[in-house]
Formats: sequence, C-alpha cells, structure tokens
Amino acid sequence: MRYAMAIDTKKCVGCADCVVACQTENMVPIGYCRDWIVEVTDGTYPQLEIEIRSERCNHCDNSPCVRCCPTGASHYVEGGIVKVTQHKCIGCGACIASCPYDARYSHPDGYVDKCTFCDHRIKLGEQPACVAVCPTKCMYFGDLDDPNSEVSKVLKKRKYKSLIPEAGTRPHVFYLI
Amino acid sequence: MAHKRRDFIKISSLSAAGLLFGAHQLRSARPDFNKTPFSNMRPVGSVRTSTYCEVCFWKCAGWVYKDQEGNIKKIVGNDDDTNCNGRLCPRGTGGVGMYYDQDRLKTPLIRVAGADGQQTFREASWDEALDVVAKGLAKIKQEHGAECTALLTHGSGGHYFGTLLKAFGSGNIAAPSYAQCRGPREVAFIATYGEGLNSPEPTDIRDTRCLVLIGSHLGENMHNGQVQEMSDAIDKGATIITVDPRFSTAASKSKFWLPIKPATDLALLLSWIHLIIENNWYDEEYVEKYTYGFEQLKQHVKSYTPEWAYGITTIKPDVIRETAREMANAAPSVIVHPGRHVTWYGDDTQRLRAVAILNALLGSWGRRGGFFVPEKAEVPDYPHPPFPKPARTWRDAMDGKFRLADLALANGVCEATIPSVRMDCHIKGWIVNGTNLIMTLPDKQKTLEAIKSLDLLVVVDTMPMEITGYADVVLPECTYLERWDDLRIVQGRVPNVALRMPATDPLYDTKPAYWIAKKLAGKMGLGDYFAWENFEDSLDWQLKQIGSSLDEMKRIGVKNLPREYGPLYFQDGEDKEFYTNTGKIELYSTAFAEEGFDPLPVYTPHQEPPAGYYRLNYGRAPMHTFSRTANNPNLTDLMDENVVWVNPKVAKEWGLTAGQEVYLQNQDGVVSDFPIKVRITERIRFDSVYMVHGFGHNHKQLSRAHGRGASDSQLITRVLVDPIMGGTGMRGNFVTFRFEKESEVES
Ligand code: SF4
Ligand code: SF4
Ligand code: SF4
Repeated sequence: MRYAMAIDTKKCVGCADCVVACQTENMVPIGYCRDWIVEVTDGTYPQLEIEIRSERCNHCDNSPCVRCCPTGASHYVEGGIVKVTQHKCIGCGACIASCPYDARYSHPDGYVDKCTFCDHRIKLGEQPACVAVCPTKCMYFGDLDDPNSEVSKVLKKRKYKSLIPEAGTRPHVFYLI
Repeated sequence: MAHKRRDFIKISSLSAAGLLFGAHQLRSARPDFNKTPFSNMRPVGSVRTSTYCEVCFWKCAGWVYKDQEGNIKKIVGNDDDTNCNGRLCPRGTGGVGMYYDQDRLKTPLIRVAGADGQQTFREASWDEALDVVAKGLAKIKQEHGAECTALLTHGSGGHYFGTLLKAFGSGNIAAPSYAQCRGPREVAFIATYGEGLNSPEPTDIRDTRCLVLIGSHLGENMHNGQVQEMSDAIDKGATIITVDPRFSTAASKSKFWLPIKPATDLALLLSWIHLIIENNWYDEEYVEKYTYGFEQLKQHVKSYTPEWAYGITTIKPDVIRETAREMANAAPSVIVHPGRHVTWYGDDTQRLRAVAILNALLGSWGRRGGFFVPEKAEVPDYPHPPFPKPARTWRDAMDGKFRLADLALANGVCEATIPSVRMDCHIKGWIVNGTNLIMTLPDKQKTLEAIKSLDLLVVVDTMPMEITGYADVVLPECTYLERWDDLRIVQGRVPNVALRMPATDPLYDTKPAYWIAKKLAGKMGLGDYFAWENFEDSLDWQLKQIGSSLDEMKRIGVKNLPREYGPLYFQDGEDKEFYTNTGKIELYSTAFAEEGFDPLPVYTPHQEPPAGYYRLNYGRAPMHTFSRTANNPNLTDLMDENVVWVNPKVAKEWGLTAGQEVYLQNQDGVVSDFPIKVRITERIRFDSVYMVHGFGHNHKQLSRAHGRGASDSQLITRVLVDPIMGGTGMRGNFVTFRFEKESEVES
C-alpha cells in the first residue's frame, strides 16, 4: 500500500475549492491552510503560459520532517502518510524549517499541523476532501501499488513531474503536465 | 419625505447589547473548530439536511453537515444533482461563512432622526418594523396608486415579495441580473431562435468538440456545471478557442487564444460568419431546413473579410481563418458560447445576435455537443387568488423604448423613480431584496437620485450593505442555511427539483423571506395570497402534485424526473417550428426590422481610451460572488481585496511597482474611494486594465470588506444603453492612475 495523489495542471483552474473544503473538513482555522494554490506565468504578451497547481504535503518517502522531529510526533502511518501526533508535538518548529515545500504550519493551539491525505476519510473508503470537491476533477488519489487505481492509471498514461525532486525527498504528490 | 437622506448612514445601534433573542445569542458566532474532536465531523451517523446553495444563481444542491452540538460544519454537493454532480464550487463550500459572519444583520431596524437631527437606525421588533412597511405601502397606494411600488431582487426571496407586490397591484419586479447582465443575450436568442437561454444555459459542453469563449472567463466565473463540463471537454481533447484581451485562466487552457483589441468582438464574429459562408463551411441542410434570411445574411457579410477584421481586432487573418475552420470541422458539436455578463458596449444585443447566427450556421442549436433542448419540472404554484392588473408599469415611463426587453429593467425601474415631465406616476416605494443596488447598478449617482425621490425604501438582506444605509426599514433575513425556501426548479438535461430546508434555527432575530412576505401580506389585507399555514405544507402540497413528498425530499434532496417532451437533441430531418415570426431560426430578424433596428448585425466602432487612459475591464474571481461574498470569513480568507492588473509596459511608463497602491480616476474625473494594489502582469493587454468586481466597499459595518480594494462600479459612470432592450453597457469606461487622492471623498 502506497498512497499518492496526481493533480492535472491542465485542468486545475485555481479556484481554491480544495482549500476551503480542506478547511471545513479538517477544522483548519481561518487564516491557515493545509493546501494552497500556486500559479506560474511564463512568457510575454501574447506568448504566454500558465501552470496552476494545488499544493500540499507531498507525503515523502524520505521525509526530513520525520527525521528531524525530536519527540517522534512526526511519523509515518500505513500507506506512507506522514502525520503529526498532536499531543506529542511540542511545537518546536524543526519540521517546519526542514520541509522544502513549506507544507507545515504552526496551529494556534500549539502544535504543528499539515495535510493528512484525509486518512480519516480514506479509512472509510472516501476520497480526500479536496479530491472529492474539485469541480474540475483534476485530482486523482489512490494506491500506487495497485495498478488499477485511478492514480496509477493516470500516471501511466500521462507525463508528470514532482516538485523539487533535487531535494531527494521522494514526494508522492505528482503533477500531470 | 420628512427627513433629508444623508449620503450615507451608519447603522449605529447594532452594537447595543442585550437585544438579541433566542437561544443562539449565548453561542459564540463561530464554533471553536479546534475543540471539536475529529470524530464529530464524520458524515456517517451525523445529521445531514438538504439545501441548495444561495451563493450564486446556479443553485447547486447539497447537504449541510452538523456536529453533535448542532453547529454547522460543512456543506457538500448532492451527488444526484445535475447542477453540481456532488461538487460545490469554492463559494458553495465556503457558504458556511454566510452563516457565521458576525457582521450579519441581526434585528429589524427603523430609520429615526435623533435629538441632534442626525439620522440613524434604531432596533425594532418585527411587528413594529412590518407595521411601518405596511403603512408606508398603504400610503403610497392612497396617494399615488399601488403601481407606484417596485421590487428589485436577486435570489430566492424574489418570489415571495413578487407575489406580495403583484397582489398589491404592482408589476414592477426587476432583477439586475437582466439589464445589467444577461438581458441582451436573451433578447438576441429570442429574436433568432424564438427562445432565450435562461439558467443554467443549455450548452452541451461535456460532449462538445469545440468550445468558443468570447470574453467569457469560465473557471474564473465558477458557473459550476459549466466549469465541470469544460474540464470534461479538456479530458476528451476538445478544442477551446478563447477571445479575450486578457490571458484568462480559460485562455491558458485553450488551443487558440485570440488577444483581441477590446470592444471589437463584433468585427471578429462577422468575419467568422463571412468565412463560414464564403467557404461553404456551414451546415447546408440545417440552414436550408430551419433558417430564414440566409441570402440576406450572405450579402450582408460580403465585405467583412478577415483582412478587414484584422485592421480592427488586431487578430491576424490566418488566425481568424484557422479558428473558423476549426469550428466548422467540429460542427455541429461546437458551441460559440453566448456568455453571461454581456452588457458591454451598448450594441450587445447585436453582438449576441452574431453569436446566435454563427451557431445557427454551424447547426449547433439542438445538436449533441452544441445546445441541448432543456426541460424543466412543471410544479404548480400553491393555489392563490388571481393577481389584479397593475394600472401602469415602468414601461410607461420609457416612451415606448425597449419594447423587446422580455423582462423588467432594474435601471428602468430606477429611471421611472426619478421624477420627470414624461410621467404622471413615479415609483415611490422600493423593496430591495438580496441585491446591493449601489454596487450593482452602474451610475451610482443616478441610483442615489432615484433613492432620494422615494417615500419608502425597504431593504431585506442578510448583510448590511451600502444599500441598507439608505433604507427606511431594514429587515434582516436569515441565511439560506437557516430557512425553508421554494423548491429549486431549473432547466437542465432532465427536469428536477431540489429541496432547501433549515439546517438549524435562525441566528439572531432574523427571519426567512417567505415569513416576512406572509406577515406583511397579513397586515396589508392580502393574506389570501399566502394561504398556507406552515410553509412546509405548501412545499409538501407542491411535491405531491409531482408524485413526491416532503418526507421523500428530506431524504434525497434532489429528485430527477423523466423527460417529458422528447429527446435531448433534434432528430435527423425532424420538422421544427421556432417561436419567431417566420417559424424559422431567423438569421435575418423580422422582429428587429419591425422595431426599426438592424435586422442583421452591423459593426460600429466604439470609443477608444484617450491618451494616458486604459479601458476598464472587470470580471470575476472563482471564490467570490460580488457583494454577496465580500465579507464572508471563509472566502475573504482566500481573497480579501482586488488588485488592478497592469501590463509591464504600462507599469514602466508610469513607474509603477508591484503591490504599490494607486487610486484610479475615470474619464469623468471620478476617483476610486480607496486605493488599489497594482499587479504587474503579462496577462493583460497594454490598452486596458482589469480588476475583479465586487470590492471596495465603503460600508464600515462590513468589517472584512470595508476599504479593501477598489470598486469598479464606482468608476463606471459612462453607461452605454442598448437601444434594443435597455441593457446598461459598462465597458466604455477608461481609467488612469493617481498617486494621491486630492480631496478626501466622504464615505
Ligand atoms: S479545487 Fe481543483 S480546480 Fe480548484 S484549485 Fe483546487 S485543484 Fe484546482
Ligand atoms: S488530502 Fe485532506 S488534509 Fe490533505 S490537503 Fe486534501 S483535504 Fe486537506
Ligand atoms: S456554483 Fe457555487 S456558488 Fe453557485 S450555487 Fe453552485 S456551489 Fe453555490
């Protein structure tokens, strides 16, 4: 079992529905977020291109955040999901500094929070909230070890990239290009 | 009117404590998300109630989830709803913020003059406030006639207040979504096909092979079903052609982006028509069988060559040719999208006629991947006595102009309110529901002038808005999450109904619009028009007429019914009669000819920006619906101000830096109330600037929206009125930059 997400930059319109849905699903306080939108414009008028991406924790195989956590609050759970145990987290912020993707934030209640791949939903056989809400259906989630999962199929069919591969973190959120 | 209206009046007494009613007053306005355990959020086992979204007109059906304490937590789409397919847009998902917004109107308010002569509002009971309204309306009826009242509305409350006014004897019921938005499109399509497009538009985007967007920025305007289908079309490899002076999100998804010179779209359309006819790329059989006036059209477009259009639009002739061929290759699975907000230059009905004609030539109307034949559930109204015929309407104030307008014009109502020699009756009372007219209607001064002439202005809304500051009586409506409402009955591929029920009791002393209208009717002796005891009973009665029931709808939320009037598309060789004079699709409009308008669209150039000025273009952001969401805590978290998009060359000329605050000044010397930040981007042409509509609120009661960004409406003082249907063209305004505001403008 290895969970992963693929996001189609050709379809994402940057509407941020995934951001609001994550906030209401996961009680992320207003002013904070677990996922966010990046828009990159290239070229000069009228020869232009835009790439729009919904970004979040990459649930890396080789996570600097898990390695550097002094209390073991940051850890892996089944399927390669990186999680933070709230009561073990002392809020030192080492993980925030170590994450090349800036995927973590300090929750006002004193612990560090980030995307969980909505493991509370996937346990029930549901899609993560952001995937389920996206009006463009540009996100695919599933088990990479299962060749028939949506995510495996789309990664087989399409060209893709991951973010900052040179950091060596082996991210598991992929962007279809 | 006894007192003089001040330009703006603050709702001062809202801060007075101890006047809230009901159990909710003890609850903090926002639940403490962090203290609620995750398990409470599980939809499984928790209560969900049906609703349909009220954040925009698309009205997606969904489910509201609450935690164990009964706090609303989230709203998700209903899987069976064909408007949203289980996926709400960001505004619908963030609709919870409408409920939790602590700036909401909380109790009825009545305008009073204080001892110091200053006007302000005082809190009132519902009974007292409704008495003032009923007496005010009765007085207008006595002095001027019942027809001297009007309703301006946007949203679900329109039906109840419409019933009330019609029962009272007025036919002045207008929505700014017509003359300020989609009206020209409706008139153009009625002239051509004998029917309008309505909402949601019957565009078969999911099966199209070619989608042409002209200034329509799908993806930034989150017309949910259409955005979803555009994405499906991308998946299936459809060609998208986007015509826009701005590199919109849709443009970035397009095979062809035509960076057109603003205000020249009609030239491009005529040239496409020219090419499609000259090259015999049109659907001969379809044109022959269904249309009227082909020969006249052919003659008419002879001179509209791509070379001619190039000089006007700056789009190269070979690009015009290539895109025309692309459309023809895809035909009839092609959609030249009519757009929605189309009141641009005052010749909008003619531009949309060209769109309608182009679709007819390509044979896309009534064809798979073009426009499908929509159906709508037929649900009878709860029985009520017939309405009296109003003595006169706003149309009588128009000197016979705009006869082709198929709906009332909000600006027409406004005009009929301003005293003039032409009329013996001026509108003296307005009920305004769910629309912030000050920001919605162009030409704010004219709106204010109309308001000054009123004897009674009643505002029904959930939020304090600029318009509430001018009201005599403010009636706080509860949000859509706290009320029953009419069944949602919209057109679609299949007829369907959706239920909205309260997820929770109303916060504060707020009430549903149906309750307000019924109470008012009671006080006005019109109770028979609202004969139901409980509103739910009227819904149950209606549902039983179509073989469902309230109980069933509470469980399923949305019911899809079988189609009644045949297939989704025209059948091969099928005979069709269109509701036009000739019974055909009128390429040549006999109705326009009769009224003395060009029966075929003619290109006329529009004014260009003077030196140092830029055309003001405006549009939408996916997370906002104008004023309605400008203060929503969830949505302002995503975007809390607008910025002005400026091309880098222009920025260099003016020495602008990214993020710098500037004021905008228009051609008439109007300066924006607030500064706006500069976004320097290649995505905008050098001759125009762009900003998102709905920001720059000057109502201090809107704690998150006040003073954030600038208001485009304020800068739209030059209104280009469409002679055919009275639409208010708003894209003929030009702005320049100012670094300081000379004199403080009062807010
Ligand atoms: S909801 Fe979908 S389309 Fe919208 S920003 Fe997120 S990923 Fe992109
Ligand atoms: S997977 Fe869940 S937690 Fe992660 S970004 Fe999406 S909604 Fe938020
Ligand atoms: S499109 Fe969005 S705002 Fe409009 S009704 Fe649907 S969910 Fe609500």
